[in-house]
Amino acid sequence: MRTIKFLLQKEFRQIFRDPAILRMILVAPMIQLIVLPMAADYEVKNIRIAVVDQDHSTYAHDLVESITSSGYFILADYNTNYKQSLTLVEDNEADLVLQIPPQFEQQLVRDQEAPVYMAVNAINGTKAIVGAAYMGRILMNFNNNIRSEWMHQPEFNPVPVISLTSSNWYNPLMSYKVFMVPGILVMLVTMIGSMMCALNIVREKEIGTIEQINVTPIGKVHFILGKLIPFWVLSMIVFTIGLTIARLVYGIVPLGNIGLLYGFLAVYLLAVLGLGLLISTFAATQQQAMSVSFFFIMIFNLMSGLFTPIESMPEWAQVIAHLNPVSYFIEVMRMVVLKGSGVSDIAYNLGIIALLALVFNTLAILNYRKNA
Amino acid sequence: MKAKQLEQLLSFIRKEFYHVFRDRKTLLMLFGLPIVQIILFGFALTNEVKHAHIAIVDDAKDETSMGITRRIDASKYFDIDRALNNKEQLEAAFREGKIKAALIFPPRAADALFHQHDMTVQIITDASELNTATTIDNYLTSIIGDYQQDMMATSSIPYRVVPRIRMLYNPQLKGEHTFIPGMMAMIMLLICVMMTAISIVREKELGTMEILLVSPFKPMMVIVSKFIPYLLISLFNVTSILLLSRFLLGLPVQGSIVLLYTESLLFVITGLSLGLLISIISKTQQTAMFASVMATMLPTMLLSGFIFPIENMPLPLQILSNIVPSKWFYIIVKSIMIKGLGFEHIWKETLILVGMTLVLMLVCRKNFKIRLE
Repeated sequence: MRTIKFLLQKEFRQIFRDPAILRMILVAPMIQLIVLPMAADYEVKNIRIAVVDQDHSTYAHDLVESITSSGYFILADYNTNYKQSLTLVEDNEADLVLQIPPQFEQQLVRDQEAPVYMAVNAINGTKAIVGAAYMGRILMNFNNNIRSEWMHQPEFNPVPVISLTSSNWYNPLMSYKVFMVPGILVMLVTMIGSMMCALNIVREKEIGTIEQINVTPIGKVHFILGKLIPFWVLSMIVFTIGLTIARLVYGIVPLGNIGLLYGFLAVYLLAVLGLGLLISTFAATQQQAMSVSFFFIMIFNLMSGLFTPIESMPEWAQVIAHLNPVSYFIEVMRMVVLKGSGVSDIAYNLGIIALLALVFNTLAILNYRKNA
Repeated sequence: MKAKQLEQLLSFIRKEFYHVFRDRKTLLMLFGLPIVQIILFGFALTNEVKHAHIAIVDDAKDETSMGITRRIDASKYFDIDRALNNKEQLEAAFREGKIKAALIFPPRAADALFHQHDMTVQIITDASELNTATTIDNYLTSIIGDYQQDMMATSSIPYRVVPRIRMLYNPQLKGEHTFIPGMMAMIMLLICVMMTAISIVREKELGTMEILLVSPFKPMMVIVSKFIPYLLISLFNVTSILLLSRFLLGLPVQGSIVLLYTESLLFVITGLSLGLLISIISKTQQTAMFASVMATMLPTMLLSGFIFPIENMPLPLQILSNIVPSKWFYIIVKSIMIKGLGFEHIWKETLILVGMTLVLMLVCRKNFKIRLE
């Protein structure tokens, strides 16, 4: 016990000695948590549309009018030359070109049907689909209006209509911040915990102090605990700061039990720090430790379900996503913070994380002995 | 004198190469990790929603509701969770994260539709996962819209404007088209910034930097020789990424490869200068690493436009995104690789990168000298 106490004293002193590190551990996450969620808005809005009007008829004008007044589209350009509009798409100044061909009105009156041509910048597939869908809805309304205008329909509507209402549970205002902040907090805690831990031990190897420790009567377990506990505590503090920011800046108050959240975090940190430890047993230099932890962190973050849904990944990738501790914690954060889920709801996630913690730490200790 | 300097430089570069290549593990990481990442992300990342679990609560079980259910079942987007058939079970399923959405038909749906000519179907989504929720909402809306259209087709509708849609650049709407250029920017920046920053700070930390600085060798040359191995590694990585994207993901370079390499070289130099700056301001490898993470990974993921559209961001962030080098490189790669455009379309972005590089180098030069005195 005394050994641990002294070791902890040493570790904390080492960490706090360097003000730059402390700033990074504490201030950088705060800034990121405040700034980054504002950036994370996927919603497809303000689609910039270039209209090529080669008809200049009343109906063409009406159509353009109903598109621009819909609120989804911003008129980026209005001309008669398709090629010119296409360069706007190339230069990223328009997302969509709508071409109203010559004789549009004539055709509509004569054949009761007229085409319009759309060229959509589809590099971002989602945006393209949503943009085309918005346009489809507007055209449908436009068609209905023409019909009722020309056909003098009776007030009684003979066409059966299926209408849709949507409710969005757990985030009724559909705020991207509410959705992103818990996820980003998980990312930050993971990054800080695992990387700091991995680097710290490798640093002792690189500088040679680890050999001094190895020849002292300090046991391996003590040594490892001495390394884990400070980062465990620091990560807890970072998480607490993050929750406070989420509450003060974004008004996100966990619906579920906060104790439950911290309970999960406590186990989760064991897993993440264990991984850091494992990495440090393999690496010889800080550079190596860093690039390996970076590799994992990048995979963890991008395959966590925060940015793209896990269900959509190919099966082999889903297997990887299911080995990813970050994906479990993000899910738990959303469940507890936004849905108010209880212990039984997160039991599965907790079990997996405990298992990962066990595996990572066991491997780390086994591998550490081999090296010593 | 000149020849002697060149010889000195070459021997320093050799030393640096030796440092980097001596170590198999580091080498494997520098070359192998980007490849693994591209394969992984190229296949795994997509904004599309597939196999989302949804519940359908259908008390009517009539022609219309069953017809719509069949269509939903047939689409690759959804897996219907059949165990859930009343509203009470829904809430528990949402809380456990078992379903992402639910579709609720009114009782006597067909009756409402054909006699009152109006039937309301309710969609409930789990908006704690907002991306998925929005996408699911769009998919369901369009499936039901199609159903209605087909239903009406039998009673032929006159007077309509029909859209004919052409998807430019990415007709199959694949995710790779946004992710590959973004990953390229991210991987290259990471390697350049972190590796240079760390390798210079390492010399400081181990005390070998002072030896280098008191040697008759010009300090700038020390830096240049540190740049060269990472520059070559980055270009090698560009090559492997391009090959993978061509042969594995079927995404060939539409524009000029030479132009793409030239721009990549420029971006690598920007990254190296940023790495140098970080190494100048940090004392330990840990600090350098953290500064690199904060300066590269998160800004690239969040502010380069590769995951989130920049035009949606609040104005201060839109302005901030302009100082993120990867934003400009992302536009450049997208233009050359996917749109097949030439230099005349990307000269502005190129100029911005050149400007950033020059500013970074100037700042480095100034601060580096001060340390010497």
